[in-house]
Order: sequence, then C-alpha cells, then structure tokens
Amino acid sequence: MSDTSGPDALAIETLGLSKRFGRRSAVDSINLAVPRGSVFGFLGPNGSGKTTTIRLLLGLAAPSSGGIRVLGRPVPAGLAAVLPEVGALVEGPAFYPFLSGAANLRRLDTADRHAPRSTRAARVDEALERVGLSHAAGKKVRAYSLGMKQRLGIANALLRPRELLVLDEPTNGLDPQGTREVRSLVRSLAAGGTTVFVSSHLLAEVEQMCTHVGVMSVGKLVAQGTLRELRAAGTARIMLRTPDIAAAARVLSGLGLHPEPAGVLQDTDHGGLLSTSPPGHTVAPEDIVAALVAAGVRVQGFGVEDASLEERFVSLTGEGFDVAG
Amino acid sequence: MAARGGAAPGPAARAASASGRPGAWALMGSELSVLFRRLRTWAMLLALAAIPLLIATAVRLTSHPVPPARGPAFLDRISQNGLFVGMTAMLVSVPLFLPLTVGVVAGDTIAGEANLGTLRYLLVAPAGRVRLLLIKYAAAAVFCLTATVTVAAVGVLAGVALFPVGPVTLLSGDTIDVGESLLRSLLIAAYLAVSLLGLAAIGLAISTFTDIPVGAMAATVVLSVMSQVADNLPQLEWLHPWLFSHYWLDFADLLRQPISWTTFGGNALLQGGYILAAGAIAYGRFTSKDILS
Ligand SMILES: Nc1ncnc2c1ncn2[C@@H]1O[C@H](COP(=O)(O)OP(=O)(O)O)[C@@H](O)[C@H]1O
Ligand SMILES: [Mg+2]
Repeated sequence: MSDTSGPDALAIETLGLSKRFGRRSAVDSINLAVPRGSVFGFLGPNGSGKTTTIRLLLGLAAPSSGGIRVLGRPVPAGLAAVLPEVGALVEGPAFYPFLSGAANLRRLDTADRHAPRSTRAARVDEALERVGLSHAAGKKVRAYSLGMKQRLGIANALLRPRELLVLDEPTNGLDPQGTREVRSLVRSLAAGGTTVFVSSHLLAEVEQMCTHVGVMSVGKLVAQGTLRELRAAGTARIMLRTPDIAAAARVLSGLGLHPEPAGVLQDTDHGGLLSTSPPGHTVAPEDIVAALVAAGVRVQGFGVEDASLEERFVSLTGEGFDVAG
Repeated sequence: MAARGGAAPGPAARAASASGRPGAWALMGSELSVLFRRLRTWAMLLALAAIPLLIATAVRLTSHPVPPARGPAFLDRISQNGLFVGMTAMLVSVPLFLPLTVGVVAGDTIAGEANLGTLRYLLVAPAGRVRLLLIKYAAAAVFCLTATVTVAAVGVLAGVALFPVGPVTLLSGDTIDVGESLLRSLLIAAYLAVSLLGLAAIGLAISTFTDIPVGAMAATVVLSVMSQVADNLPQLEWLHPWLFSHYWLDFADLLRQPISWTTFGGNALLQGGYILAAGAIAYGRFTSKDILS
C-alpha cells in the first residue's frame, strides 16, 4: 500500500485481510485497494467471501488477521467516525415487518446519532423517491415484495449523503427494469463523487457499471484493477478476413502468432477468416496489418477482439458466472 | 497498514460536534415505539390485564364469601373493598406471568434484532454497540414498569367497577384512605418493576449469545422459575438471599404504617448487583461479537 498516493487516494484498503470460521478460511489474506471516486465491482461466485469481506470492512465482524482502512481510518478502531460516511446494504435487506417502509427508514436513521432530526422526514421521503418506493412508503414491509425490500434497503443506504456506498448484491431479487434503475442510480451517485463498492456474482452487471474490478475466488482476491487492465491481461484475438489464407498464415506464424481457421466462410471465392491469439502484447495490431500488406496478402477485413471478460473470469475463478444468475 | 497521522474528522463528525448531539434520545424514543407498536407487546399487556379482570369477575360471581385462609392473600377482602383486586392480581402474577412477559421482551432485545437482520443495519448506521445495549435495556426496564402498572391499574378499575370501595385497613392495623391506598398500589407496582430489573438484565445478557429470540426468551423464563424453586428449598437456605427472585413477594412492608423501606432497599441493592453482573456479561459478549446474521 503506497503512501505516495496520499492518505485520501484510497477509499478502502486492506492488507492481508483474513477471516476464518473454525478451520475454514472465508477470506484469505486479501489486499484490496479501492480508489476514491471509483465504482468498484467486487466480483465472485456465491460463497467466494464477498459478504464476509464486507462485514469485516463495516466492523460487523472482527478479522482473524490483517488490517483494514476505510476512508483513511483504521477499522475497527475508527468505526465511529467512518460509519456515518458509509451507506451500506449487507447480505440483503432486513427490516421490521410490522413497520411501514418509511417508519423502518426513520428507525434506522435515528440509530445514527449524527443524522439531524430536523431533516429526517424530508430525507426519508427523498430516499424513497430515489428508489421509486414513494407509493409504498406507508405500507407495512410485511406486504413488500422481495424487490421492494431490496429497493428499501438501497434507500436506507442513501438516507444521508455518503462518501462511500457499500452495496452487497444490490440487484438481487430485482426485475430487469429494477436492475437498470440500480445501475443508473449507481452511475449518478458515482458522478456525484461517491465511491461505490458493489459486490456481484454477475459479470455482466459489473461490466456495465464499474470502473474497477476485484475478483474473488474461494476467499482469495485473484485479480484487481481497472476494467481495462483486466481486459488487457486477457488474450486478445485477431480476426482477419482474406482470400490468401495460406500466405496470411505464414506471415502470422512468422510474427509469433498462432493462426487457425475460423468461421464458416472458408471458401476461396469470398475469402477465408483467420483467427489468431497473440500471446500478450508482443505484436501491435498495426504492425500485423503492415506485415500482411508487405507480404502481398489481400486484407478484406481486420479486427482486434478483446478477450471476453467472461472467459477471463472463468479462467480466474474456474466457474461460470451465469450459473447462479 | 501504513501509519498515517492526523486524518481530519469527516463532515458528519464535525456537524455532530458543532450542534451538540442531535438525536441522543431519538433512538430511545424509536426503541419504545418499536416495542409498543408490536402486536406481541399488546397481547402480553392484555393477558396481564386479564388477570385482575378474571379475579374480580370470579369473586363477583361467587355468592358465598371466600374463607380467609384459602386462595391468595387479600382475596377474601375483595368483596368488601374493591381496592384489593389490584393487590391480589399483582401477587398472583409475580411467580409466572410477569417474569414470562419480561422474559419475552428481554430475551428478544438483541437476539430479535439479530434474527430479523436489523441488528447489522443498526450497527452500521452506526448505533454504537454500547449505546444500543443500554437503550435495549432501558426499553426493557420501561416494559417492566408498564407491565406491573397495567396489572395494578386494571385491578383498581375492575375493583371500583364491581365492588364497594373504601378506606383500607393495613397489615399494621392502621387505616388509610382511598387516595393513599391508590398510591400504595402504585408503590407496589414500582416495587415489582424494580424486582424484575435483575431478570431483565439476565435476559439481555442471554440475548447477546444467540440469534434465536425464542431460545433466549425460554432460557430467561426457565431461570426465573428455577430461582423461585431454589428459593423454596430449605437445603439451599444459604443461597436464598442471593436469588434474584428472593424478594419478589415481599411487598407487605409497603402495606404498613409507616412504610418500612428495608425490603425495598435490600431488593433494589440485589437487583442492582444482578444488573451490574449481567450487564458486564452482556457488554463483554456484545462488544466483541461477530454479527453474522
Ligand atoms: N457465519 C458463518 N459461519 C461459518 N461459515 C460461514 C459463515 N458465513 C459465511 N461462511 C462461509 O464463508 C464463505 C464465504 O461466504 P460469503 O462471504 O457469504 O460469500 P459470498 O457473499 O461471496 O457469497 C462460505 O464458504 C460460507 O459458507
Ligand atoms: Mg453474499
């Protein structure tokens, strides 16, 4: 963890953070670095340790070993100063079924002794409005659907302006419309300067709303960085369309690539497709095209496809992400 | 973790120190409103209210007078003076009904929130673990008083409605007027509420050990029964003064003229001891507990 970037550069940082339940490691020596202002996707299959990590970050559970800093303060020592700046949804929403949605929010708001009473009613209304629950504000939570409870849980995190939002699988139980709303809500919060730490087991979700990603697998943080860095770390693929397949294959092999025929358009009249996976960044795409042209290969089409993140994550975690979706 | 000095306090902390402590009492009010908006709380208070009603109705409907030596103390006096309904009802509800309701409320304090999952949201709000514990206990104490006053008040109302009311002859032979005897009824209710504070603290402590409220409630009620059983075993005489239920039925001192406060004081001291001991256990457990529900 670098001091050079200043104490305020990271919203969350952990060092060797571990949590064991008995002999089992639920979180295994992870070093998280969540930059301020980022939308950080905390991605991992079910049971990979996302919720446990979040409990540690919020001081709900004590680490077995390792250190945590949130918003520049140590956790759990600095929790009293940290938590008022943090809105959180942890392991799904939880409310008093015999109270209305608005009464539940008022109750949780009074629990925060820094929350001003004078603006309470207005803030509750506004939070309900933001998640589209105004119409159900007076309804008992007992009568809420799972999706409505999830929205109310997000509203609770938004009761006050926050520096950091920690959202544990916020789209669970939401329909596609609700999922889209959460995504745009997260974007607008991030645009307002809030750091958002959002966990998910769905890759597509993270790809659509996050700037940074951390990938969990069986308690370990197996990758971390910007979305772009993670994509780049994967193997890109080149798609080449040409009638001169044999010549092209020779050129590509000469560049250290591994061409293989691809697609169904393999006939000499319309040109064939070659697909090739360069190892890392050894050859820039423009150099490949130049080499092909220099060798007299007629290039009908050329493209670089990023490796799908899906493949990258499957290779990192050994699991498909849509399985549990 | 790299050491970093002198991080500035966040805006929330600054706002709080600027304006004193906004909402220091708000959570207590919220806690009481949650407690008294539950159907379960009202069902328990109704059940407690039913005790004096049952006693009054039964006595009213019985034509022949109750022989003095049978039934609970004061029962024989009800038909002459309705003010004894409340006292009889309090006496009757001490061994089981009052501890039962207090066990439910105290056992539910932390375990109930854990079971709902609201505990994690209260703590990240942040309510503060110690503050939450204190408020939970304070609300349970308020319930103790509400429960005993309910029995006393409904008893007085039923007594006034169904029987003649007049000056009360005390155990010391003195006579006090109606107003004074109503005060004495309230005093007994307060005495019983204090008597239940130790049990409430025990319930709170048990409640920090489980996420299953029914378990904490049952354990608390079972303890109250065991304490009373032990109090009745001559073999355990050395233990008797230390049992939290030891003074539960000893409110006769409050029916003397002048009032003898010895029992009240001894009882309060004993309950205070239990509050400290059980409170220390609850504190130790709750401040170090992993909230995984
Ligand atoms: N209270 C607990 N006691 C024992 N094991 C637990 C507990 N909570 C979680 N675990 C284990 O820790 C691992 C990580 O769980 P969790 O953090 O909930 O994963 P995720 O949120 O990524 O689905 C799982 O193997 C789970 O079984
Ligand atoms: Mg989870």
